[in-house]
Amino acid sequence: MLNRQGRPTQAGEAAHAEHATFTGNKALQQVEPLIFEIGHHEATGVDIDKPAPFKSRLGKHARQGEIGLPGLSEPEAMRHYVRLSQKNYGIDTGLFPLGSCTMKHNARLNEKMARLPGFSDVHPLQPLSTVPGALDLMLELARYLMTLTGMPAVALSPKAGAHGEACGMMAIKAAIAAKGEGATRNVVLVPESAHGTNPATAALIGFSVKAVPARPDGTVAVEDVKALLGPDIAAIMLTNPNTCGIFEPQIVEIAAAMHEAGAYFYCDGANFNAIVGKARPGDLGVDAMHINLHKTFSTPHGGGGPGAGPVVLSERLAPFAPVPFIHVENDKPHLIETRGEAPAGNKPFGRMTAFHGQMGMYVRALAYMLSHGSDGMRQASEDAVLNANYIRAGLADLMSLPFPDHPSMHEVLFDDEWLKGSGVSTLDFAKAMIDEGYHPMTVYFPLVVHGAMLIEPTESESKAALDLFIATLRDLAMAAKGNDKERFTSAPHHAPIRRLDETRAARSPVLKWEKPAPAKAAE
Amino acid sequence: MAETRYSKDHEYIRVEGDVGTVGISDYAQSQLGDVVFVELPAVGKALSKGGEAAVVESVKAASEVYAPVSGEVVEVNAELEGAPGTVNEDPAGKGWFLKIKIKDAAELDALMNEAEYQNYVKTL
Repeated sequence: MLNRQGRPTQAGEAAHAEHATFTGNKALQQVEPLIFEIGHHEATGVDIDKPAPFKSRLGKHARQGEIGLPGLSEPEAMRHYVRLSQKNYGIDTGLFPLGSCTMKHNARLNEKMARLPGFSDVHPLQPLSTVPGALDLMLELARYLMTLTGMPAVALSPKAGAHGEACGMMAIKAAIAAKGEGATRNVVLVPESAHGTNPATAALIGFSVKAVPARPDGTVAVEDVKALLGPDIAAIMLTNPNTCGIFEPQIVEIAAAMHEAGAYFYCDGANFNAIVGKARPGDLGVDAMHINLHKTFSTPHGGGGPGAGPVVLSERLAPFAPVPFIHVENDKPHLIETRGEAPAGNKPFGRMTAFHGQMGMYVRALAYMLSHGSDGMRQASEDAVLNANYIRAGLADLMSLPFPDHPSMHEVLFDDEWLKGSGVSTLDFAKAMIDEGYHPMTVYFPLVVHGAMLIEPTESESKAALDLFIATLRDLAMAAKGNDKERFTSAPHHAPIRRLDETRAARSPVLKWEKPAPAKAAE
Repeated sequence: MAETRYSKDHEYIRVEGDVGTVGISDYAQSQLGDVVFVELPAVGKALSKGGEAAVVESVKAASEVYAPVSGEVVEVNAELEGAPGTVNEDPAGKGWFLKIKIKDAAELDALMNEAEYQNYVKTL
């Protein structure tokens, strides 16, 4: 379409006349150098008085040369970071289908609550008598987490999923030691499809790891677990729904087999968002499970600092929960800060964090829970599952499903069977999605599936958004099958930076910016 | 005459006398993609058949390399530390991982020969 001056009104129509700009910028897409490249030490954003003369006591340790910190005026610094932020892609920009990461919308109400000064300004060292509201909030969050999971105890302090895994496995280790089996019960079973953090956690805590093979249908069989059980097995670490997006059909039998063998069941709660309000891990026989508040209860990923990964514990593990925790006696909450203060019957294994955990995340998660209510949280799970299956139904005729016999839960897993012979790899396909304005899905994970593509739309997306996403992926899939290889193998074409050399970056990483040598004068 | 045998996990072992040279097959390197890091065991370490012998990390994933037979590590390919890409370029030659003093030659019988392995790869 042309405007009244006879000029094109849309970028697409100007595309044939595309030319390099003088600056390299493309309208709002601006080229942004590194801060070290634009900074110069004549400039500064702040005025600091010259310090009074003083006698240096650094001796030979005194700095000889310049540090080389980039100096920028305030507007220069502002523009640098705003321009970088404009290159960012987040859930606030568009659909973010990163499977197993659960990139759901972070409701602004949560943010508003977290910014209430009574919560945001609370200090971990202020007297307890000044923070009864914060303690009440933590107790209320704990009550919700215990209710939703059907578990009798929760440790709030762990800072993230993997930290929560460590906490749960340390509780298991303490429980085993208390039974006098510490020297002999030292092997942890981990299915092949597990998150990489599971075997890493088990190894870090001092267990050795044994892999449980995956069945051809993507699930774990109770017979395979039973075959590995013995007096040396401490626990199994199982994700449910698993990383193939399938609800483990034999989870109850697996839990029973573990318990019968004197072992424990750690459930990786990364995918709890698929079953909130539908199934309770406590009813499934789980002994410990971390909850990624940023996945299931919509706190920001990364938490704007440390995140939060509370761990719910079964009756058998509850006594070993770490300090600090809140103990309610005569209707009054007490903060138990050391092992010595623990009420009778409690044998805390130690502590995970210096203080009580990430208050800001607690407020956001509870705000999400209270604003949704039990029916709303259940619906969020149902919608997340519905959305994933809607995408599956929209793409199943073009792309290939490694496990067609099981319905998907909150994420749908495709393999690269359908790309065979096209010359396009899973990675190429993901890069072409960037050109279309989408963050790619999770690729090459789980490892049990060849060329895996794991798509999790979450409940945040409308039908219109899902339809556009499906239409885009269908267009890409048909192009991949229809010999339009170039669209993929050299993608992304429209991103500020084209395809990175991941191999070179991993083999010879450059971790520090070096000032380029001054250009030689022309001869 | 050296004979090469293969495991189902795509390790090869080239046997010369009582010493076997262990690496990963060409199929394995092509599936892994560009190798960026290789972790090798200490010389003298006792390996048991099917146990972890080394770790290979590519741009896609980190995977274990299993000992195709039991024995003692007598030499490792230290060149891989600085040039992990050799595993991609020449898996059967310069990209070998370690040499193992074979404890029980009978364990070799359970492994596949070249033709059997090629047929096995075709089924994957």
